[in-house]
Amino acid sequence: MGIPGKEKLWDKEEKEHRKYDDVRIFADKDLKNYTEDELKAFKPKHATPMLDELEKGPWPSFVSDLKREALHRKKLGQDNLLIPADAVEDLLGVVELSYKEGETHWKHGGIVGVLGYGGGVIGRYCDQQQMFPSVAHFHTVRVNQPGAKFYSTDYMRAFCDICEYRGSGITNMHGSTGDMVMLGTTTEQLEPIFFDLTHDLGNDIGGSGSNLRTPSDCIGPARCEFACYDTLSMCYEMTMAFQDELHRPAFPYKFKFKFDGCSNCCVASIARSDMAFIGTWKDDIRINQEAVQAYVADKIPRDGGGMTGANWGPFDIKSEIIDLCPTGCMTWDGKKLSINNAECTRCMHCINAMPEALRVGKDSGVSILLGAKAPILEGAQMSVLTVPFMYAKHPFESQQALARKVHDWWIEEGKNRERLGELIQRMGLKTLIEVLGIPAMPQMVKEPRSNPYVFFKESEVPGGWARNIDDYRSRHPK
Amino acid sequence: MSKGRLGYYNPEKKQEGRITDIGPSHYGQFLPPVLRKNYGNWASHRVLEPGILMHVSETGDKAYTVRCGGARIMSVEHIRELCDIADKYCNGYLRWTTRNNVEFITDKEDTARALKKDLDSRKFIAGSFKFPTGGTGNSITNIVHTQGWLHCHTPATDASGLVKAVADALFDDFKTMRMPAKLRVSMACCLNMCGAVHCSDIALLGYHRKPPAIDNDAVGKACEIPLVVAACPLYAIKPITTEDGKKSVSVNVEKCMYCGNCYTMCMGLPLADKEGDGVAILAGGKISNRLSQPKFSKVVVPWLPNEMPRWPTVVKTVQQIVEAYAKDAKKYERLGDWAERIGWERFFEKCGLEFSWHLLDDYRLAYDTFRTSTQFKYTEHAWAVSKAAGGM
Repeated sequence: MGIPGKEKLWDKEEKEHRKYDDVRIFADKDLKNYTEDELKAFKPKHATPMLDELEKGPWPSFVSDLKREALHRKKLGQDNLLIPADAVEDLLGVVELSYKEGETHWKHGGIVGVLGYGGGVIGRYCDQQQMFPSVAHFHTVRVNQPGAKFYSTDYMRAFCDICEYRGSGITNMHGSTGDMVMLGTTTEQLEPIFFDLTHDLGNDIGGSGSNLRTPSDCIGPARCEFACYDTLSMCYEMTMAFQDELHRPAFPYKFKFKFDGCSNCCVASIARSDMAFIGTWKDDIRINQEAVQAYVADKIPRDGGGMTGANWGPFDIKSEIIDLCPTGCMTWDGKKLSINNAECTRCMHCINAMPEALRVGKDSGVSILLGAKAPILEGAQMSVLTVPFMYAKHPFESQQALARKVHDWWIEEGKNRERLGELIQRMGLKTLIEVLGIPAMPQMVKEPRSNPYVFFKESEVPGGWARNIDDYRSRHPK
Repeated sequence: MSKGRLGYYNPEKKQEGRITDIGPSHYGQFLPPVLRKNYGNWASHRVLEPGILMHVSETGDKAYTVRCGGARIMSVEHIRELCDIADKYCNGYLRWTTRNNVEFITDKEDTARALKKDLDSRKFIAGSFKFPTGGTGNSITNIVHTQGWLHCHTPATDASGLVKAVADALFDDFKTMRMPAKLRVSMACCLNMCGAVHCSDIALLGYHRKPPAIDNDAVGKACEIPLVVAACPLYAIKPITTEDGKKSVSVNVEKCMYCGNCYTMCMGLPLADKEGDGVAILAGGKISNRLSQPKFSKVVVPWLPNEMPRWPTVVKTVQQIVEAYAKDAKKYERLGDWAERIGWERFFEKCGLEFSWHLLDDYRLAYDTFRTSTQFKYTEHAWAVSKAAGGM
């Protein structure tokens, strides 16, 4: 078991940090247990002529990779594994059958999990259990990934050992929401996996079901000059603050947080989270005029050097920056670049195009947008700009309070399987802002409404709505 | 870690020693030293060549990142090999990106170049690259995708195989940076759209074309019928009692557009079908706020057949769109920006795509997508209408 208080210490720069050797399941001889020649000669138990075609071509072949794992498991032997050694061979067999028949062979749904939690595990059963007994149970465990998906090899190897010993040895790195995904294990192994993850990896499982899903973040200040706030810190703190909501479904439907450091949206928060936190600033873009001139003189490649694969001609600051700026708030007099920052909408184009000359502002925080979702049920939605600016300071209490207000309203009013974005559609943006205690602002809309079907509150209208027809008739006889 | 069938877990005392609500491991302990030291202190960056990034900090420190492609579905053997590489070159640190590429970070340029060479030299026995470097700048980077027939119960196509087929065809563009702007391809195997299909430059979407087959026995026994009724966006489902007295539902096939949401709610309404199922293609979405606001992807090909194992028709169509865009768009112009500038009628012409009635929106806010203007360009599609209307 883990050392109490040190369960999570994988930090190589710290004393007494945990190493792979402290927790490993497989010895070196188990890990390097097959040769290149054995791999060439290896024939999995099912013929897979169609999948074999997907071993050709340059892109990394998942089929080749699965076959390698299948051989590794075969050589490890059933005595060293807790789910069937040939699970990956049966997985290849099932997929080949689906390729032949053009239909999936996984049964509908499946409800499994670990005690005390209502989510984190996706149950899955094969519908051809006679033919493929080793994937009869093939559940997925979502493991909450560390911020921006940084790992040490010690931690990663330990994760690999659990996946292989108690599961199929197949993963998704990563699920679309962000989790590390252990693909394929049996019901019996769920609790042991959970105990190993929490005791020895010092790591919890992620979200699934009608709850807060695993939050995720862009790389932020760890390696990006555009980051306007600490996405990793905020993602971590918000994940910790809402552990209960993440593990125990209490919502009408799923709810996602995502944290983008700037409006380039590298983690796609604006499209893929119910509550998107997107970094921004409220002062001026910082300009290094010498570097601007270096761009103009073609001494620095445009767009961070990311466009060198085609000949786009010499850099032309007028047509590429000044004329493209969506608000037209920039000028270039041949020597000096000026920005009318009051008119700038912080789209990032000029900064992306000239990262060595232009920097995001220093007085920075987050914009908060609500309600993104995929099409089911009412159609796809992007997030709606709700709060234009908030300072984002550790431990992010103001953001937590705002999220709780959103949750409280949605838990109360949301219908079964109604995403926040659909509730906003149904009850109106005006109801949302009332709940959040914020005034309306023109920034909330692309354009004001074009139909005149405007509601008023009775209190806004002099004399109210209780009317007497006799009073009206006294002025307007029939 | 624990060994044996149940390891640490004692089924007699389920609560004993149980640790909960500890969240993810803290990221701080996994940051490579050069990032730790310069956290929040970066000044600028440059792509040195495809697959290699350089970030410069305020202090002049430099971090070199080498990016390589990943298949997303990965065996632990593959991850262990990545770990070996990280141990050899990067002091035992590595990371994954939001598009499932893998990154290695070092503070030495020569290490980064040696690492890139090493990564590009490693191949699977059958010949595909294990860790092809690239995916930087204006390339076509990794394809965000879903579970498909490997693990999901609602797909209308496979994810991993289709992605492999498309990624093979676009491979040269993973390795180079010739596109006018970033070009994001994504894939989802049904219209739950797990991932980024509704907001990508080019998106592949598994799509059914037949209403569900109704298993009256299962609907009555295993499903909460009001949830099934409420699951339908087009109100095609009604509760019924069958002739032999079972509680079930009916589906009005005239109203059903095969979204599969009722099957998500109820095992008694499967709709997967070999002939019916296939792939739709969407285009013109984006999520960044650069120059233009984020956009949804639009359906440009309503359906193409599933052709396992390599989906040649889908691959060819994607290539047509990519090449038309690469040839015609201006620098910095995302695919959707290009299509809007030239007009969708010109987009269909330049990409050599059919335009059929399936592409005319007919869902709630459809009217907003119709052209209420005389501003249009003449193309063959327009002459066909003029002829059909008896005007030419």
